[in-house]
Amino acid sequence: MLGGVLAFVAVAFTLTIGMLNFLNFTIPALFMLAGMVTWALSVSGPHFLGFGWHWAWAAVAGIVVAVLASLLIERFTYRYMKPRFGDATEHALPLVSSLGFLIVFEHLAMALWGGDPQRFELPYKSTNWYVGELIFGVPHLISLGLAVSLVAVLSGILKRTRLGRALRAIAENPNTSTLMGVEVQQIVPLVFVIAGLLSALAGILYAASYGTVTPFMGDSIATDAIAAMVLGGLGNIWGAIAGGLLVGLVKVLAISAFGAEIEKIPVWGLLLLILVVRPAGLFGHTPIGKEKF
Amino acid sequence: MISGYWSGVLGMLAINIVVAYSVFVPAAAGLLNLGSAGFVLLGAYMAGAMTSLFGLPLAAALLLGSLTAGAVAFLISFPILRTRGIYMVLATFAFAEVVAGVLLNIPALGGAAGLSVMAYAGLPVLIPSAVAVVVAVAWLMRTRFGLSVRALHDDESVAGLFGVHLRLTQVMAFTVGGAIGGLGGGLLVHQFNFIDVQSTGALFSIYVLLYVLMGGTQTVWGPLFGATFFTLVPEAFRKLAEISPALKFLEAGRYMIFGIAVVLLMMLRPQGVITRTLVERLSGPAKPASSGRGSA
Repeated sequence: MLGGVLAFVAVAFTLTIGMLNFLNFTIPALFMLAGMVTWALSVSGPHFLGFGWHWAWAAVAGIVVAVLASLLIERFTYRYMKPRFGDATEHALPLVSSLGFLIVFEHLAMALWGGDPQRFELPYKSTNWYVGELIFGVPHLISLGLAVSLVAVLSGILKRTRLGRALRAIAENPNTSTLMGVEVQQIVPLVFVIAGLLSALAGILYAASYGTVTPFMGDSIATDAIAAMVLGGLGNIWGAIAGGLLVGLVKVLAISAFGAEIEKIPVWGLLLLILVVRPAGLFGHTPIGKEKF
Repeated sequence: MISGYWSGVLGMLAINIVVAYSVFVPAAAGLLNLGSAGFVLLGAYMAGAMTSLFGLPLAAALLLGSLTAGAVAFLISFPILRTRGIYMVLATFAFAEVVAGVLLNIPALGGAAGLSVMAYAGLPVLIPSAVAVVVAVAWLMRTRFGLSVRALHDDESVAGLFGVHLRLTQVMAFTVGGAIGGLGGGLLVHQFNFIDVQSTGALFSIYVLLYVLMGGTQTVWGPLFGATFFTLVPEAFRKLAEISPALKFLEAGRYMIFGIAVVLLMMLRPQGVITRTLVERLSGPAKPASSGRGSA
């Protein structure tokens, strides 16, 4: 039952791609950063930042660090997105610099805390509910519930408020929204704050449910979340939740039916098929960013 | 005779150059491939199986690996070319994952344990191959195909209006890229005598794409510079860290420096280090002078 954490990360991906047309590869880094900072602050000992804080304070600090890192990333990626020489690979610039940031953060964490997996126990880790054969881990249920309620709030904001209208205008066309009086340069960082918040929460919940953190813990979850995002349709936040659950389900079913080594084929095969046949995703209606390419 | 260390570094450099050109050819036509690991794996497993299971000579195995990856690239290019921009980046990424998933499930090829081969390539094979790839791509970019590719890279619609056959050019670029990637894979497996799906995964594709984009996609020399610079400089850092303890941070920090370099380069020089204007300026005064003499 990875679905809940996956849904979180998928929403973070789909939000940045939907609003800014930017495949943000720093999300796994933010995910990892939050998990590792929380671990580092909550353990006491010889590690760097080993303070032995209460886990809740450590988690808050982890989220703050991830959000600040996300703002730093905004400063150096999205702001430099403006078309300058207009050739065909230009749309990839923020994507490429986000890959650069991913490498920086992962190796920073490795330099600070080493590359080995670290044990990280939260008080609720082993709390499981059993319904027949199925096992529900409490952190998974919490993350799923949290993801659904956060997305409900998000879609409410997007639909109802002035801010939401501004965000949707930017998603439609940043230049036109500037002309219409939307403060693009002030609203865009907000998308990064939300993406940082979502990835950080996911990272902490992941660390809590698996009990380990590593500098590369974000990589595999991010590839699955990208799959979930595409299944749900790029830019569709409810679709990302459904996609997250679907990817989790497909993986579990494929593993139980054919063994652990097969898991890549159904998820990525389905993804490739959807990208080619129905790029709007399972639930989307209009492919986003079509005119921007 | 060069030492084991240097032949290792040069071997890695040759392989990185070959793989960088496999990403460059489609990228020069404006097609971003974040799935180079897929073609590399295809070529590596095909060539590796040919020498280890069927006892073919190395040259034939390399050719077969390259042809297999090229053929798969040709077939996959039709569905992948239906997608654009970010969607294409994702589709190529997904393709590489599917290839890895399929190869992982063929027990004859070693599955998760990877494939070990006996035949060894070594520098006498690697260096001529890398040189041949660079020369071939440089020649290709001077042909009519190269001109079409360049036009497509700069403006697709205008290129189409001027009679460039878009689909044909894109399929060709993708196929050539796949074939070069397959060759790179064949070289890789016979240099290390081993290949597995884990070590040639998403991160591999990411690094190769970064080499190419940082080197620049406007000219043929971009990927050569990118692959060379970003293979040799981290090695140099590692060597420096061995020399003096004061420079120890360079060893752990070399990937961080690489990441920071990526971010800064995308801010300050997003078209890559080697651009068309730079090449023209470097090879500069000769051309106008000769044309001047011609008109006089």
